[in-house]
Amino acid sequence: MQLMNLFRSSVGRKLFMACSGLMLAGFVAAHLLGNTTLFAGSAAINAYAEQLHKLGPVLWIFRLGLLGALLVHVTFGIWLTLQNRAAKPMGYAKKAVQSTTLAAETMIYSGLALLAFVVYHLLHFTLRKVGLDPSLFSDAAGQVDVFRMIVLSFKQWPLVLLYTGGLAALFLHLSHGISSTFQTLGACNEQLLPLLRKAGLVAALALLAGYLSIPLLTFFGLVS
Amino acid sequence: MNLTLHVWRQQGPDDKGQLERHQATDVSPDMSFLEMLDEVNEALIKEGREPIVFDHDCREGICGTCSQVINGQPHGPQAETTVCQLHMRQFKDGDEIYIEPWRARAFPVLKDLIVDRTAMDRIVEAGGYVSVSTGGVPDANAILIPKDDADTAMDAAECIGCGACVAACPNGSAMLFVSAKVGQLAKLPQGRPEAASRVCAMTETMLDEGFGNCSNHYECEASCPKGISVKFIAMLNREYLKALPKLKSK
Ligand code: HEM
Ligand code: SF4
Ligand code: FES
Repeated sequence: MQLMNLFRSSVGRKLFMACSGLMLAGFVAAHLLGNTTLFAGSAAINAYAEQLHKLGPVLWIFRLGLLGALLVHVTFGIWLTLQNRAAKPMGYAKKAVQSTTLAAETMIYSGLALLAFVVYHLLHFTLRKVGLDPSLFSDAAGQVDVFRMIVLSFKQWPLVLLYTGGLAALFLHLSHGISSTFQTLGACNEQLLPLLRKAGLVAALALLAGYLSIPLLTFFGLVS
Repeated sequence: MNLTLHVWRQQGPDDKGQLERHQATDVSPDMSFLEMLDEVNEALIKEGREPIVFDHDCREGICGTCSQVINGQPHGPQAETTVCQLHMRQFKDGDEIYIEPWRARAFPVLKDLIVDRTAMDRIVEAGGYVSVSTGGVPDANAILIPKDDADTAMDAAECIGCGACVAACPNGSAMLFVSAKVGQLAKLPQGRPEAASRVCAMTETMLDEGFGNCSNHYECEASCPKGISVKFIAMLNREYLKALPKLKSK
């Protein structure tokens, strides 16, 4: 079977990583675009949230697709990391790094931190099991005011700190992950690689700045 | 100049091994690194001690036999230079030099600085060749090859199979080596018929032999004495994608 060949080859295994990572990164970018409706005020983001929920089954297809991608990404990420460690049982007494980066060397740690953050984030804003008491931002009928929920949350400094930490992990992960994906998918050559390494860093920085603006601007009272 | 060496000494594959201090005295800057070790070994032999065992053959940077990690860098500090072509003028009086063998699960240490690199031969046996049915000699230039393709194939063919890329890789992956072999043949018409099976067989054998997976650290390129570019790894990945629809079940 084709799929078996994919598992057996080193490149096949990497393709699972790259494709799932690309899907997740695509979601991360789209999610930020959606979130910026926050800056257009209460009506805008509540309308956006309502539109999303109106999608019904389509929304669920997206959610399941993302969950699948995350499962593949985490499983292969842990598996490949264990394999790679086993392939290098012993390092050098004298170390000299020439080309790799902190981000590349810590992919598994930034990834696991991201996983923890994603779980918290879902419990916080999607399932509303942690953080503020939901009665603070829902009306008597249980209708949630998304704008109020976000703004009240990010008035709490521990939450702002936690989100900053999660976003730092995202930045670290993507600062290597984006350019790495292009190389894995073969969309690279001698001229493109140095450019892509810079562009990947810039894209990761842009995502960091975009996402960070939400808790920070809210905390400092610029969104209310 | 006088140098302090910290050399990996290991009796055999099952010995634990450790770094051992040696002094290299009156080293001329014109000596090659291996000549410096030869002198250290002469002194050891005179003292009745076992000389440091290391691999070498051509001593002109073409055979890929010499294999030492010097101060953490495979083949030492000079870019695109094998250990045998490295000269002592790269160092200065009083330097401390760490000399260690290639480290990777697929390269078990046999003795001191010598590792078993036959795993790379088995990767080549898996597909790093073209099958040629012998017969009459074909006309020269009967098969036209664009200059760019020929140049790229020649760039890949510069790989001397030394294994420095594996030694440098934090994952002990042989991806740069495999990509040089795959890339060299993929760019030539004679290599196309077996391109799909080659890339699959070679990347599968790489894992079976205990090498790791590439995660794009690019330490390999920085250590390669022949300057093989990681663009060949991207090319290998493209070759793999092209091969996927052609694969039959196994
Ligand atoms: C929002 C979540 C995430 C995004 C957007 C993301 C994105 C990416 C991308 C684009 C890559 C590069 C793929 C490649 O090299 O071809 C990558 C690699 C990686 N990711 Fe993630 N990732 C996420 C979550 C995680 C999680 C939860 C883990 C935990 C196991 C993880 C572990 C890894 C590892 C270990 C690699 C390196 C794989 C390798 O090069 O061998 N990632 N990620
Ligand atoms: S790619 Fe470079 S470092 Fe790797 S085996 Fe070939 S010549 Fe040596
Ligand atoms: S001894 Fe042949 S390349 Fe160094």
